[in-house]
Amino acid sequence: MSFPWANEYKPAFGLTQWLDEKLPLPRFVYNAVGAGYPVPRNLNYMWNFGVLAGFCLVLQIVTGVILAMHYAPNALVAFDSTEHIMRDVNWGWMMRYAHANGASAFFVVVYLHIFRGFFYSSYKAPREMIWLLGVVIFLLMMATAFMGYVLPWGQMSFWGAKVITGLFGAIPVVGEPLQIWLLGGFAPDNAALNRFFSLHFLLPFVIAGVIILHIWALHIPGSSNPTGVEVKAESDTVPFHPYYTAKDGFGLGVFLLIYCAILFFAPNALGHPDNYIPANPLSTPAHIVPEWYFWPFYAILRAFTYDFFFIPAKLMGVLAMFGSILVWFFLPWLDTSPVRSGHYRPLFRKFFWFGLIPTMAILFYCGGAPAEEPFVMLSQLASLYYFAHFLIILPLVSSIEKPEPLPFSITEAVLGKDESAVLNANPAAA
Amino acid sequence: MVRLFGPLVGLFFAVALLWSFGNGAYSAITEPAAPTAEHEFHLHPKDVKFASDGVFGKYDKQQLQRGFQVYKEVCATCHSLKHVAFRDLANLGYSEGEVKAIAKQWGTKQPTFDEKSGERAERDNIASDYIPTVYYAGQGVPPDLSLIAKARHNGGAYVYSLLTGYQEQPAELLKKFPDSKTPDGLYYNPYFANLNLAMPAPIASDDQVAYSDGTKATVDQMSKDVSAFLMWTAEPKADKRKQTGWAVLGFLLAATVLAYLAKKNVWADKH
Repeated sequence: MSFPWANEYKPAFGLTQWLDEKLPLPRFVYNAVGAGYPVPRNLNYMWNFGVLAGFCLVLQIVTGVILAMHYAPNALVAFDSTEHIMRDVNWGWMMRYAHANGASAFFVVVYLHIFRGFFYSSYKAPREMIWLLGVVIFLLMMATAFMGYVLPWGQMSFWGAKVITGLFGAIPVVGEPLQIWLLGGFAPDNAALNRFFSLHFLLPFVIAGVIILHIWALHIPGSSNPTGVEVKAESDTVPFHPYYTAKDGFGLGVFLLIYCAILFFAPNALGHPDNYIPANPLSTPAHIVPEWYFWPFYAILRAFTYDFFFIPAKLMGVLAMFGSILVWFFLPWLDTSPVRSGHYRPLFRKFFWFGLIPTMAILFYCGGAPAEEPFVMLSQLASLYYFAHFLIILPLVSSIEKPEPLPFSITEAVLGKDESAVLNANPAAA
Repeated sequence: MVRLFGPLVGLFFAVALLWSFGNGAYSAITEPAAPTAEHEFHLHPKDVKFASDGVFGKYDKQQLQRGFQVYKEVCATCHSLKHVAFRDLANLGYSEGEVKAIAKQWGTKQPTFDEKSGERAERDNIASDYIPTVYYAGQGVPPDLSLIAKARHNGGAYVYSLLTGYQEQPAELLKKFPDSKTPDGLYYNPYFANLNLAMPAPIASDDQVAYSDGTKATVDQMSKDVSAFLMWTAEPKADKRKQTGWAVLGFLLAATVLAYLAKKNVWADKH
């Protein structure tokens, strides 16, 4: 589906006409990300991150497939084969650093993409399905990134795998057998490493599949926009190509500049030094921490330090950590305000900038810090606000807030109000 | 349904968190965490400069050769360097002949196994061999040093600080933590994570190594040289990485400027 004024694909050459009859793939691309897709004309730079996330996935698949040609998923040689890539494979160091920092870059752009969704309430009807599929993609990304970090088989790989698979052990009754079954042993070893490698190779293609659904679902209502006012007329939109291909091209350039600066000049800044120590089941690192992009969720996991009635603290932590992301699935129905954009929601905006954002920053910091005071108490308070924000504050704000007046249309928001066109505003003309 | 159960779930997590917070706060007040000697006396690495520091930094090959000499004559007795091959030493400026000679004269020989006779023996190293692993008979496990400079925070400075950081245990520490006396057979070093390590000061006196390039072999100089060498073994491609980085950033900058101008041009009639 698209707007009635969308440009129609008209193949100009004999070959493309022939192809359009047999397999209209060029038509499909034209309607998806070409001149055939009308997009609101007022998108700001926060709308660049979807395309950037797609770019990151392709980057990760390309570098990852090349790394897999040289990597050996065996506990005896995995660490050494990674060093072999770094030292002896032509440009191997660049592939590995591009892949490791590519994961970080992927999470940066996806987090910005999600926060765009939070602020502009992109999850609201009619776009719930896009949002739900997005959360699925995020969960798949987390699983993929976690398993990828295990592959170099360094100290943090091993102990990270032990801690995270240990979470399944918190499930009552079936937990322990489940954990052993998932790992293929009592602790992470060759069986676990092999299946993690297999799944780490598979999941990105599953992600690619869900991304296709995500974009398909997007094309039914069309893109949202910073005013949150739906498209009303042709003057509200511009064709995706060349307008947004040009804008995304510039965004991609800025992204690549930052990404390559880190890749070539500080490639280990985002990693943990302990992962350059080979995995050793007999020596526990002083502080086991996941990669930075998991820190907020790790802080929530560790915030539960005392058993809550009959529920063990560990199980509470696991429930809360998964719950902290699962709650996003319910956002479209928790936030019932008819106004989408945070720009026109004074109360929502306050809780967003002075509640949610600082909370995420505190959780992020505490997740990377050692499990000592005051970080534990800080993360408890921040986790409390996190759940309260989504489950209590957001529904309340939606019902008591009085939104500010919305612009009549996207065109008006961009070009300003045409006073002479407003009925009864200019009695002299009547 | 969501609006009914949502707040209830929120309250459930909130109360559980308050419970943890309250208990934690209570025990933090009634029984505050005891200070430890590691917490109070551990030091961050010294501030030391290397030629390879920064985005323009390059390895000083002369220094790396001196560092290699220190490794060979001092560290190699106990510490392996298994990710480095003899052929890699050509990158320090050694000629092909020199590399072959270094390999041939290397103290630890390359183990061999004859599948027909089942006999184990040794042969001289050749340039394509990785530096053979050292089997250390004493107490403890001396770590392989190939990656040590990346396996510690601020690794180059860490190695230098550790080598030059041996000292008597401070009286203040013993006064405050009488149980934390350095055990026999261990040595006090505030740059080591738990303050006491099994390695005695390896670089103990000036001129322990005879440098051939005229550099004065002070303890400080030798420590700095071997630290620089270990930074190279951990990241042998750093020079090429930075060089490539500048070319890539230059291209990207030009491409991004063009992309910006293209964007401006395309949007000119829509703002």
